Amino acid sequence: MTLWEVDIYPAAGQPDIVAAGICTEAADLGLDGVSQLRVAAGRSFLIQGTITREQVEQLATELLADSIVESFVLAPVGDKRLTQSPHQGAQLVHVIPKPGVMDPVATSTAMAIKDFQLDVETVQTMRKYWIGGVDAERLQQLCQRVLANDAVERVVVGPLDFDQLKLGIPYQFKLLHVPLRKLDDARLETLSREGQLNLSLVEMHTVQAHFQQLGRDPTDVELETIAQTWSEHCSHKTLSGRIAYRDDRGERRFENMLKETIFAATREIRSRLGDEDWCVSVFEDNAGVIRFDEWHHVVFKVETHNHPSALEPYGGANTGIGGVIRDPLGTGLGARPVCNTDVFCFAPPDTPPGELPPGVLHPRRVMQGVVAGVRDYGNRMGIPTINGAVYFDQRYLGNPLVYCGNVGLLPCDKVLKQPQPDDWIVTVGGRTGRDGIHGATFSSVELHSKSDSVSGGAVQIGNAITEKMLMDVILTARDRGLYNAITDCGAGGFSSAVGEMGEHVGAEVWIDRAPLKYDGLSYTEIWISEAQERMVLSVPPAHWEEFDELCRSEGVEATILGRFESTGRLRLMYQDRQVADLGMDFLHDGRPPVVRDAVYEPPPVRPLTPPSQVDHAATLTGILRSLNVASKHWVIRQYDHEVQGGSVIKPLVGVQADGPSDAGVVRPVLSSRRALVVSCGMNPYYGDLDTYHMAASAIDEAVRNCVAVGADPARIAILDNFCWGNTERPGTLGSLVRAAIACHDVALELGTPFISGKDSLNNEFAYHDAAGQRCVIAIPPTLLISALGQVDDAAQCVTMDFKRPGNVIYQVGTTLPELGGSHFALVHQLTGGQVPQLDARRAKAIFAAMHRATQDGLVRACHDLSEGGLAVAVAEMAFAGGCGARIDLGAVPCELGTIGPAERNVCLLFAESNTRFLCEVSADRAKHFERWFGDFPCRAIGEVTGDSTLAVDGVDSQRSQLIRASIEDLKSAWQQPLDW
Amino acid sequence: MPIRPTRNELAIRPTTKFFATLGITQMPAPKILILRAPGTNCDRETAYAFSRAGGVAELVHINALLENSRQLADYQILCFPGGFSYGDDISAGRILARQIRHHLADVVSEFRDADKLVLGICNGFQVLIKSGMLLDDPAATLTWNQLGRFEDRWVRVAVAGEKCVFLEGIESMFLPIAHAEGKFVTRDGDVLGALDQNGQLVLRYADAEGRYASTLDFPMNPNGSLANVAGLCDETGRVLGMMPHPERHIDPTHHPQWTRLPPTDQADGLRFFENAVRYFAS
Repeated sequence: MTLWEVDIYPAAGQPDIVAAGICTEAADLGLDGVSQLRVAAGRSFLIQGTITREQVEQLATELLADSIVESFVLAPVGDKRLTQSPHQGAQLVHVIPKPGVMDPVATSTAMAIKDFQLDVETVQTMRKYWIGGVDAERLQQLCQRVLANDAVERVVVGPLDFDQLKLGIPYQFKLLHVPLRKLDDARLETLSREGQLNLSLVEMHTVQAHFQQLGRDPTDVELETIAQTWSEHCSHKTLSGRIAYRDDRGERRFENMLKETIFAATREIRSRLGDEDWCVSVFEDNAGVIRFDEWHHVVFKVETHNHPSALEPYGGANTGIGGVIRDPLGTGLGARPVCNTDVFCFAPPDTPPGELPPGVLHPRRVMQGVVAGVRDYGNRMGIPTINGAVYFDQRYLGNPLVYCGNVGLLPCDKVLKQPQPDDWIVTVGGRTGRDGIHGATFSSVELHSKSDSVSGGAVQIGNAITEKMLMDVILTARDRGLYNAITDCGAGGFSSAVGEMGEHVGAEVWIDRAPLKYDGLSYTEIWISEAQERMVLSVPPAHWEEFDELCRSEGVEATILGRFESTGRLRLMYQDRQVADLGMDFLHDGRPPVVRDAVYEPPPVRPLTPPSQVDHAATLTGILRSLNVASKHWVIRQYDHEVQGGSVIKPLVGVQADGPSDAGVVRPVLSSRRALVVSCGMNPYYGDLDTYHMAASAIDEAVRNCVAVGADPARIAILDNFCWGNTERPGTLGSLVRAAIACHDVALELGTPFISGKDSLNNEFAYHDAAGQRCVIAIPPTLLISALGQVDDAAQCVTMDFKRPGNVIYQVGTTLPELGGSHFALVHQLTGGQVPQLDARRAKAIFAAMHRATQDGLVRACHDLSEGGLAVAVAEMAFAGGCGARIDLGAVPCELGTIGPAERNVCLLFAESNTRFLCEVSADRAKHFERWFGDFPCRAIGEVTGDSTLAVDGVDSQRSQLIRASIEDLKSAWQQPLDW
Repeated sequence: MPIRPTRNELAIRPTTKFFATLGITQMPAPKILILRAPGTNCDRETAYAFSRAGGVAELVHINALLENSRQLADYQILCFPGGFSYGDDISAGRILARQIRHHLADVVSEFRDADKLVLGICNGFQVLIKSGMLLDDPAATLTWNQLGRFEDRWVRVAVAGEKCVFLEGIESMFLPIAHAEGKFVTRDGDVLGALDQNGQLVLRYADAEGRYASTLDFPMNPNGSLANVAGLCDETGRVLGMMPHPERHIDPTHHPQWTRLPPTDQADGLRFFENAVRYFAS
């Protein structure tokens, strides 16, 4: 058995793109002492087997290297040829996946090598770098910060320190009991923490009492199963728990907070709609389901994957998108994914590296890793990413937020699922490994500077192709009616999937039958592993053969893992020995309710006074350049936003396809004109002032983005994703409850139901500073509202780019003196002020009028007013359309009270009041357009011009020109900051 | 797996409109085999595009074709659609290309020699060029984009010469590209010269006026391809590989600027598929 190494380098004369990227990244991260850095990069394959040099050479020539652009070196590991430097004085660095970390290229390569019929036992990939021009200390820094991530990879400097790839060691069965019944409180707490169960003392008491009653101690796997099922991640126990809430208006007690706010609004909307109710299944299945057309429903789910992304941005985001795709696929009998949406929150990428707390990856690296992770998974799955947003705030340092969403198409007759007694429990897709152990319990705790070593097992890399193959066979099996139920295998692994599916039946599971990636896993590890790309199905015995045959025909592994049986119990077997026997009722209903206090104390009201002298043009440029507003084309163009062939409105629009669209639109059924609209709304800055108005504004923003491109406001469904700090603090939970109350009030008033949601709590990062002081960074309250709208005919959609000089520009909606939390405040470093509020009743009427005008074909362009207000909206419409614009602030509909002209100008330009649109209408249709709005605010405020200049006249007595700027300058200010 | 019409997500309605415009009311529609492999992901919309053009498209998994390669003879067009076959692991299209070269070279050659058509789009082009189905020798390849990353954007491509049946009567098209490894590179200048001489460099990235004589910069030439090559055909002109996606421009609302343009029922990519189908009408 020889371990061969094949190193592949760019051929002479070919660019070394990887090496160039590393030099750029080192410079961008501000690492010092790297000005002389020289890098050569190679990709390597380690191939272990009984094979000759000639055979390895055949593999290298015919499979591994491309002879036109690459050259290779091959030798057994340890051979001098592998450590000969290509340039003087360079040091050799190997970066190798840690044991058990997914290596998709190795998997595919091993599969392809089988075709050569060689005696190859195993394959691993590795990256190889030759680094020159830096000293030893810098080299170490470079390894840590640029070349490798020690959460998933290890670095070997110099020759490799092994000459064999080790496979797993066979597992010796030993049943473990946990002597729980006699433990005192302190020991119970220790057990919970050290065993990574993350159960509270009250919960541990309940478990203890249960087993005392049974007169026995639990096995380890019983305890783990309970911990998974009761985890925050799986049961959302805090928000659906008992909460005593108090704010300035008094006290309110919730038995189940989510049920009494967000769900209650949906229930009320559905009952009002009566026979016209277009919700199908809400807050029940893996994703919310609503009607689409005569034959199809659509399903929508957004998840977060924050903690894994903080430790390993690429893998965390990769498995985040992989996981959320399995939600629609596991909804009903399986929905076909039709589009993705992704929203990220990062610390500013220009954070000086010296200011990073220990254990924190640089935000620039986090951002690059997250974007690449989503790109590589989403693109490989063949699902267009049509919508997204990126927000920046210092408080996301150490705790970035990664929201991944997916929309699926579900045939109307495939909504209901129910496992039947005697159905086989079948696992399909990827194999089970030691990856992702304790992900569910880990995702519910605070991160700290040692998280990467404690929780390394919870970090994973995905393999998109395994999931794509899985998806292909599942959708075929669905159409052939080969199974009774399906669910995804996500957090908690088999434990959660089988436990949830069998909740109302009962199940017996033969754990040892699960196909493993390598030997050595204990029965508990198999049961709670969160290895990716697996789904669990309930297959009637009569269909098993056909199902298995279908899977085999496409190279997908399907295995019978057990049987559903009407016992009401979950019984786990390993090699015919029982390792667990739990009542489904205790597992699912035995958890004691979480009881929490929540207090909301409004922050003191402080006025925001704009500076007496404002340079309006410079302010506009400053806001366009601010990271939240600046163009995200670097991200967008790396995502395939057109695969599946249904693209209608792309994320970038306009004459040069570089203006920011309000929403993405696709036709999921290619033979139909009906289209789906996906948009989002979020504004963490408002939350610093009042989370009620933040939530209300986020809903308004998501809905108005949808309406702006043409969605029918009467058919918009929304999702909530709460990301908050530690909700054990009453103040933090109070700000969340307040946001949830706003969600209830606004959804009800707009008639816009929530259909699904998810929360991620404890988004805080703890570390010790240089003085040894414990510091905690909590994220700002961050609520993402995602909206899913519908359009009868794709051809009715509208984009935001100005179309033709001479057309009239209208502002719809009223500007109020609301600069609190605005981007005007941000660029002028002002705090306080009035946060934008929402008149939801009026908003509903304006959305309806806006939609009628759009359907009437009167709107040539439409853009919502949000970050940066009117000034940013008109600038974006102008440079996207390659036209100029002239605006008279005196005509803008507003209610500004008695403030003076200078402040008036600032508010009219930059206030971020809700429910406002800017519309372009041809002059001869202007009166017609106005008629749709009746008494609602809608006024002509200027016109599109042909001179490539944005000109804005103020309201002061001289009507002085506040802004005169070239649209090319505005565009380059907007494009430059994130043009990586 | 045949594509069923109606009550199906794809709901492909065979159209007779196209044939009617040719004055043909009845004719057997050519059958297209759309080859799926693990990671293929443009199969459904490519099938839809062929169907819109009047063909009958069927999706066939590579494993099924490997098991019974004779079934290829039942078809008139073989299409390798876009996607990430086997994850593009090792390099784009490499593993599928090796399977084709090793197991299906003969049947694909027979297919081509029987006056039939072979098309590779994006990943399909990568597979065709790396399998030796386009050029006998490994004389050219598709490698990492100059910018070193995946890029989705629309480009103008111009048709060079008249060798390729798919491109007959087309001067230029506006189509999207979406790839990471699309930079066309030849072994040396001689290979490039010979291909050019032979008229095989049939599709070129071009400027707004359709010009491609001098090497263009990003974004017009989006990946740094030699001689602005976006597509290449074999010596017969019946085997074509191209990086841009014609199946993503078969509806007017696919066009990235459609809201700025007068209403139309034209779409550049549809003409391309109609050419392929029409080849079997004559």
